[in-house]
Amino acid sequence: MSLLASFFRNPWGRPRWLAVITTIYIVWSIIPVSIAILFAFNASRSRSNFTGFSMRWFNGATGSAFHDEALRHALIHSLELAVLSVIVATPLGLFLALGLQRWRGRGAGMTNLLMLLPLVTPEIVMGVALLLLFISVFGFIGLGTTAQAIGQITFSLSYVVVIVRGRLVSIGKDYEEAAADLGAPPFDALRRVLLPLLGPAIIASAAIVFATSLDDFVITQYLSNGPDTQTVPMLLYSVSRGAPTPALNALATIALVITIGTLVAAFLVFRRFSSSGGQAATEIATLDL
Amino acid sequence: MYPRWIWRVAALPGTLWLSVFFLVAFYAVICVAFGNSDTLQQPVPFWNPLDWNVGYVVQELRNLWHGGAVLDVFLRTVKYVVIAIALSLLIGFPVAYFAARHAGRWRGIVLMLLIIPFWINYLMRMIAWQSLLAPDGYGSRFFHDTGIEWVFMQLGLLETQGGWLQGQSSAVVLALVYGYVPYLVLPLYAALDRIDRRTIEAARDLGATPRSAFMRVTLPQAVPGLLAGLVLITLPMFGDYYTPDLISTTTATSMIGNQIDGRVNGGSEKVSGAVLTIFLSLFLLVLMVYYLRQTRSAGREVEAE
Repeated sequence: MSLLASFFRNPWGRPRWLAVITTIYIVWSIIPVSIAILFAFNASRSRSNFTGFSMRWFNGATGSAFHDEALRHALIHSLELAVLSVIVATPLGLFLALGLQRWRGRGAGMTNLLMLLPLVTPEIVMGVALLLLFISVFGFIGLGTTAQAIGQITFSLSYVVVIVRGRLVSIGKDYEEAAADLGAPPFDALRRVLLPLLGPAIIASAAIVFATSLDDFVITQYLSNGPDTQTVPMLLYSVSRGAPTPALNALATIALVITIGTLVAAFLVFRRFSSSGGQAATEIATLDL
Repeated sequence: MYPRWIWRVAALPGTLWLSVFFLVAFYAVICVAFGNSDTLQQPVPFWNPLDWNVGYVVQELRNLWHGGAVLDVFLRTVKYVVIAIALSLLIGFPVAYFAARHAGRWRGIVLMLLIIPFWINYLMRMIAWQSLLAPDGYGSRFFHDTGIEWVFMQLGLLETQGGWLQGQSSAVVLALVYGYVPYLVLPLYAALDRIDRRTIEAARDLGATPRSAFMRVTLPQAVPGLLAGLVLITLPMFGDYYTPDLISTTTATSMIGNQIDGRVNGGSEKVSGAVLTIFLSLFLLVLMVYYLRQTRSAGREVEAE
């Protein structure tokens, strides 16, 4: 409250107008989404007029998110892709991070550049590239679930590497060297000292991969193959361009709860094991692009 | 203490993965762009550079030339992105500055509120505006009642009353700002937060006014992070096609991303789409290189500490 009190004492002081801008910004950034969530609970069909509270768009007998075959299918497919991405991208990125952090020599710089490129390439460019790859070189795989999973793994790999490397830098080499001095063979030092220390970073990466996979639209859409491989964001997109009902908002709300739930869980784990929770949260957050 | 080869081996699977699904994929785009299409309009890539056919590239270069169909779209994209970036900076900088400097004990909460939009699906945030901007939506009514609509109409930024979703450039640009600002605020916050407060205190002790301390100490130190943050939102904005798709349904506001999307994804002009993808990548190359150099030097500093 002190902020508010000092504001009224002198509304035109320098930090005051900054506080006002920040407050307006936060309201502006959160209110529209809150209203969209509110409409998931609308009693009527309208998405612009709230007439009363109801759960019908979640579990009503007709037209609700839970009873719509396409919606349910999309949710299952999204989760399937997210699990596949986590299973492959996390270990792949973990070892790539270890390698890049410690491999000194020919090729390390190029590999590092190759790892960073997906982070700065616009998604549509990667989407087009992967689409053309899967209809030409990998024509035997073709478009569909496998291609979608591969596409998601390709861009989430870099997130894992960036998170794990950050943690590797802060751990340093002391613990491993201590283990070695105490007689641990190299692989024991790796397995019993370094990997446990990397635990929080691994969990955080897995959560980021899971959440970005669930949220991804462009690459997943480009590599899809008809309605069977539709994900939740793809469905949000196609429904919103048609004639949406509040069931669309209900679906978006469910997706939001899953994403935020994953990240909050990961954040809590991360904070439990790491001393700099706030910094970790910013790191996790700034990685998503 | 470890065998020397071990780290190279550890990096191998990931490197192979990226080589195939990033480098080879990009090579496929080039070979499609310099290839041909069959009678069913499907692309026939030419894998050997000696066979490359420049026909489609030349055709799209003509389209990019004065009076060409793609040129208008391209210029419109640049216009949208430049305005959206300027507005994002105008909004994002004060917010990041407040969060990093003046939020005090509110900092944790402010930071959390700044992070929330990050994890809300982009499409959902656009869909939220879609229903707000519908003719009878809360947003349209709010803009009408507060006179914002009137101002927009006087400025020629809105054609008809309540017609926000009917192909209005202003609505698309504002949607872009809404979509991408959160991605700018956090890198800006991180850049401002990294600045050693003692340098500012030293400037003040040496007699600098708050204003000149800001202009000559804070700002120069924030500039690299600021530019990196701007690049970070500029790149995806240039590849955006879903924002115009959701906020305006007409081709009057289509961006270069829409052109590529229409040709490649579901469209039957994959070859010319591949050509445009290459043009876009080349155009963005400078920004990408800048960002990569920036992160690499920042990485070195971290390791040096």
